[in-house]
Amino acid sequence: MSDTALIRVKELKKYFPIQAGVVRKTVGHVKAVDGITFNIERGKTMGLVGESGCGKSTTGRTMLRLLKATDGEVIFDGNDMLKMEKSKLREFRTRMQIIFQDPYSSLNPRLPVKDIVGEAMLQHKIVPNKKEMKERVIEIIGKCGLFPEQALRYPHQFSGGQRQRICIARALAVNPEFIVCDEAVSALDVSIQSQIINLLKDLQDEMGLTYLFISHDLSVVKFISDDVGVMYVGHLVEYGSRDKIFANPIHPYTKALLSAAPSFDPKAKGKSKRIVMEGDVPSPANPPSGCRFHTRCPHVEPICKETVPENRELEPGHFVMCHKAESL
Amino acid sequence: MSNAENAVVKVKKVKKESELSYWGSVFFRFRKKKMSMFCLILMTLIVLGCIFVPIISPHTITSTNVANMNQPPSMTHILGTDELGRDLFIRFFHGGRISLGIALVVVVIECVIGVILGCIAGFYGKLIDTIIMRICEILMSFPFIMFCITVVGIFGNSIPILIFVLVFLGWAGIARIVRGQILSLRELEYMEACEALGISDIKRIFKHLLPNVLAYVIVFATLGMASVILVETALSFLGLGVAPPTPTWGNMIQPANQFIVLSTRWWIWVPPGVGIFLSVMCFNIVGDGLRDAIDPKMKR
Repeated sequence: MSDTALIRVKELKKYFPIQAGVVRKTVGHVKAVDGITFNIERGKTMGLVGESGCGKSTTGRTMLRLLKATDGEVIFDGNDMLKMEKSKLREFRTRMQIIFQDPYSSLNPRLPVKDIVGEAMLQHKIVPNKKEMKERVIEIIGKCGLFPEQALRYPHQFSGGQRQRICIARALAVNPEFIVCDEAVSALDVSIQSQIINLLKDLQDEMGLTYLFISHDLSVVKFISDDVGVMYVGHLVEYGSRDKIFANPIHPYTKALLSAAPSFDPKAKGKSKRIVMEGDVPSPANPPSGCRFHTRCPHVEPICKETVPENRELEPGHFVMCHKAESL
Repeated sequence: MSNAENAVVKVKKVKKESELSYWGSVFFRFRKKKMSMFCLILMTLIVLGCIFVPIISPHTITSTNVANMNQPPSMTHILGTDELGRDLFIRFFHGGRISLGIALVVVVIECVIGVILGCIAGFYGKLIDTIIMRICEILMSFPFIMFCITVVGIFGNSIPILIFVLVFLGWAGIARIVRGQILSLRELEYMEACEALGISDIKRIFKHLLPNVLAYVIVFATLGMASVILVETALSFLGLGVAPPTPTWGNMIQPANQFIVLSTRWWIWVPPGVGIFLSVMCFNIVGDGLRDAIDPKMKR
């Protein structure tokens, strides 16, 4: 599966320093992302799930170099993103974009839609002048379901769903190949969520986009993703195709997570047992030794507390980070 | 019935506000404050007077007339004459020109320097931020009057020196305000989106950050005008500011430290005092009104 991969992430790490005292001495690190590896194939969608604070968003932002990675590699179409020089990176930015969670703080209130969407086109000389920029903007916002006359309005004149469409249009303005959707639908109403997700899917079919879809909503991820990765306290504990993860989860955390998602199938009601985990999520500033999940795992054994489990390929394209993966 | 009509009118007005552009809605809210509007009009009248009265008046500011000194107000000399027989009416408006002009120049230069350095400090952070902010703190801790006496003692008192002193000690305030705003704005997601889009630093500062701090800068500038007028007049009164015979409201009050002038020749010192009072009050109230209009949530 790695031959056609557009993006390869290898052992990516992002530690945030904890500073204390008057002289700002570094007293420790928050290990937000601690060595994760995965590939995304061209034209496919990778879903990244996990609970709050497990490092999903940090992964997305570090991949785009909005945050400086501590260690690891992000290979985008054969180029190492993390070692690229600034001038080359600026050109490269047109190939990868991000859509944020909050459609309110992600649009500048002082600029009309025309400038929000069109600014980057002029910056990267995708269009030669302002007149053509306006035509392109109208074309793109049309694709995203907005009307031409709305190009002159300001963000406060739009609803949440429309704002998210503007965000999508802004991301599409530079003809990207890869888009990180960082909780792109979490802040919207359920009815608007489905509109936006369908819009994202249509755009993917039309333009051959590749997505990293970060979400905590399992039903959304199940709908849109081809591959799914499950994160827990900075580790990618299970990763594989959507069908394998949802039909046959192996890692105890994935099982617990899936059992917690509400089911709308009346036949399945009562059949699936809800796995209730005990304890709290450990702090990424002071993660547990060995397997990060051992403090809450129902199948814990002495080895889990001592050594970090390897990321093993249990069946082709299905990776699990658990000592006891075979027996579960 | 009339209540219902009123309600309809109100609904129409509210709807109108939401359709206005940003500055349109600011003015819409500003207009609702009667006191601020009144002060804005009064301020405009004072400014217009300062511009046009010296042009159309038959007298000049320096023509002395010893036979005609210390005259109370009359038809030929509307505000009377001073101890050298100069017409006080034209000196009053010419003094306003100098006082308001100095305040305007000082505030504009302060804002330009303060905004640029504040933006750089807030946007780039780290070492450059530390350097600029330490300089600000050093300047803000200077004893003001001492510094003025020293500079005037060395370079003599003239208008350029006075402007330099006021700007030198004044830009730190606006730089700190701008830096603080930029620090919080640059963490917003639209700035991150700008970075992801590869927008250049210059465009990010001037197109995205600056328009969002402009409101604060304008409020600072109006309130700053008032305080600069006060400081300039105080220095001129003490003889550290603008030197006679050039009139300013500050040095026009100076004769009032002689008892005979204070007790018997009120027309010499009352008008410039009223001028200072009115203009400072107007700038303060207009500034307050602007602040409320720009951001209803922002309170002192």
